[in-house]
Amino acid sequence: MGKKLLLEHINEPGIETFDVYRKKGGYASVEKALKTMTPDAVTEEVKRSGLRGRGGAGFPSGMKWSFIDKKSDKPRYLVCNADESEPGTFKDRYLMERLPHLLIEGMITSSFALGAKTSYIYIRGEYMYIVRILERAIDEAYANGFLGKNILGTDYSLDLYVHPGAGAYICGEETALLESLEGKRGNPRLKPPFPAIAGLYASPTVVNNVETIAAVVPIINMSGDEYAKIGVGKSTGTKLISASGHINKPGVYEIELGLPVEEFIFSEEYCGGVWKDRRLKAVVAGGSSVPILPTELILTTAKGEPRLMTYESLSDGGFATGTMLGSGGFIVMDETTDIVKNLYTFARFYHHESCGQCSPCREGTGWMEKILHRLHHGHGKKEDIDVLVDVAKKIEGNTICPLGDAAAWPVASAVRHFRKEFEAAAVEELLV
Amino acid sequence: MAKLTIDGVEVEVADGTTILNAARQIGGELVPPAMCYYSSLKETGGKCRVCLVKVAQGSGKDPRPMPKLVASCRTPVADGMVVQNLTSPEVLEARKGVVEFLLLNHPLDCPICDQAGECDLQNLAYEHGASTTRYEEDRRTFEKIDIGDKIKLHMTRCILCYRCTFVADQLTNNRVHGVLGRGDKSEISTYIQKAVDNDFSGNMIDVCPVGALTDKTFRFKSRVWFTKPMDAHRSCTKCSGKVVLWMKGDDVLRVSARKDQYGEVKEYICNECRFDHKSVGDWTVEGPRHIDRHSVISQNHYEKIDLQKLKKEVERQLEFQKGKPLPESNPLLNS
Repeated sequence: MGKKLLLEHINEPGIETFDVYRKKGGYASVEKALKTMTPDAVTEEVKRSGLRGRGGAGFPSGMKWSFIDKKSDKPRYLVCNADESEPGTFKDRYLMERLPHLLIEGMITSSFALGAKTSYIYIRGEYMYIVRILERAIDEAYANGFLGKNILGTDYSLDLYVHPGAGAYICGEETALLESLEGKRGNPRLKPPFPAIAGLYASPTVVNNVETIAAVVPIINMSGDEYAKIGVGKSTGTKLISASGHINKPGVYEIELGLPVEEFIFSEEYCGGVWKDRRLKAVVAGGSSVPILPTELILTTAKGEPRLMTYESLSDGGFATGTMLGSGGFIVMDETTDIVKNLYTFARFYHHESCGQCSPCREGTGWMEKILHRLHHGHGKKEDIDVLVDVAKKIEGNTICPLGDAAAWPVASAVRHFRKEFEAAAVEELLV
Repeated sequence: MAKLTIDGVEVEVADGTTILNAARQIGGELVPPAMCYYSSLKETGGKCRVCLVKVAQGSGKDPRPMPKLVASCRTPVADGMVVQNLTSPEVLEARKGVVEFLLLNHPLDCPICDQAGECDLQNLAYEHGASTTRYEEDRRTFEKIDIGDKIKLHMTRCILCYRCTFVADQLTNNRVHGVLGRGDKSEISTYIQKAVDNDFSGNMIDVCPVGALTDKTFRFKSRVWFTKPMDAHRSCTKCSGKVVLWMKGDDVLRVSARKDQYGEVKEYICNECRFDHKSVGDWTVEGPRHIDRHSVISQNHYEKIDLQKLKKEVERQLEFQKGKPLPESNPLLNS
């Protein structure tokens, strides 16, 4: 049984209320940070913890915080990215539904470290009911002196707002999120400048995922060094995994990083094996945009080592034989899955969600969807497969934001590992 | 000041200059093409991706290469930077891809398009694109709409460079013109088709790189290469009054602003100059406008070719090509 740092009290009745949460040791990190630590010391703890961004990219969070421009005379902002839209990912929803105060506690401690006087939780529009849960919790935090002026009698003040988006995948990209938060069209910005220099309202800003901010709470409570002892190598701490697909026990699991993938899929504690006694065919390990891997490559690396749930192990072998931990959207597919249809579904999603600002993504995602539509419906040709791969290659790396890459990676990997299925779906010669 | 090299040519430019503008200071073939960047409009650029270049060395201090190709129009230079444009096969391959993407939903109705002959996309496709398409699917189409009484928007031809929305934003006082929808369904539109009633709205026509925005007073009057462009001016209280008259005999078919060698207007003109003075008598004609020799518009040969100037240009190009293989065709030598 792995350590539970975030979800320890999640099944406690009434944990969504301030009183129960406080009784269970909640808001201790705020007390510790505000009363006994300096903001820089909090940042230092996060750095020592080795915490990496939980939204998908896995960038070291402490380092991201240290990039914030402290010389600027503009206000600083912390923005929580709760625009959880990656297909296959639903961990932030679970956390915010049940443990709203954990996020708020993390927001206060993190805002204190960054010197932010105003912070925002940008949440996707589809999570409207969670907006109400969070707002109720924020009201309680204000009433109990954890938000507002002079928190806990110190000279630190913070205002926290929840801002719902209007339902766009692209607004999970941090600069598109900031545009949307400013009330503009959610188009990603060109970088540089990065948000740490000119983010929200052209002021220094840090954008962090819900789970990243929540993880700051145990880090401050137990110290960064203790947190870093959990996990393997540079993948420290625990990670929420949204397990879905053809498994016996889908749901959100908190795992210690370093857990073998095989154990995660087949042990009773986690996914409980593939459903209906079928065999495993493929896994998308980190949300729909990461490369898909067939059974033999998801359970062991190309070198023959068992694959572990860590940033490094999952990306072992690069994109040729590896994938990414991503956001932790773990989609399991059994032997009956039609990979072509699955890829068509993904491609349709990225086409629908492309913002249309830059040409490779705007035109390329639609083209890929149309080719896959033909292949899936039995009108595709063999040459279409090569065109498909070439289009993906021409999108990848040439766009403003990572949505282009996210659309290209699943295509490239699915054809790489399951080319036979695409060839079987294609017709030999078209009867015109 | 920052010193950098682009395709092996060294140049020193002010800090904060973009790679594209540094390349323009050198001039010649190594200048990346640009479909959405427009130097006289703020915040344009970065969208079309044809100006992608490779930064092989980030700066003198940090010699690491940049991990991805970057949009040269929006990436600032650094001292000691090494940029590859034509010398990088990766860049040429990516650019070819972008040209293909731009043409994907473009109707290729050049034979009936007023922009033909002076179209940036046509030139770009000619230089970088393939002669056939791999795209078999339907192209997106839209109904033509009127933007005010003088401008026609043919959205089907649009490549979504967003330049015209920046004109609406920056040259006119009330923004009514923006982008609706998302992805490849997005379209340029006045908000609920409200007419753009502003003295400078006509400049949208000039900044449009394709035939999506055309002058209703000129539509279907003549192919541009049958007209004769003349520089002219008049005293105007609203703008500089410096224009190009596109003439056929003594008739003024069209009035447009003056574009530089990169197809960019530096001095915008007002709608009165553009639409309301279609008689030569209203203008002081300065003389024929210089048009690049390889442009289709120059086929009338109304301008005497300066052989000295041409020789110098050829020598400069040859100098630039030293130390690397000559491209297959040099338009200046072949024409």
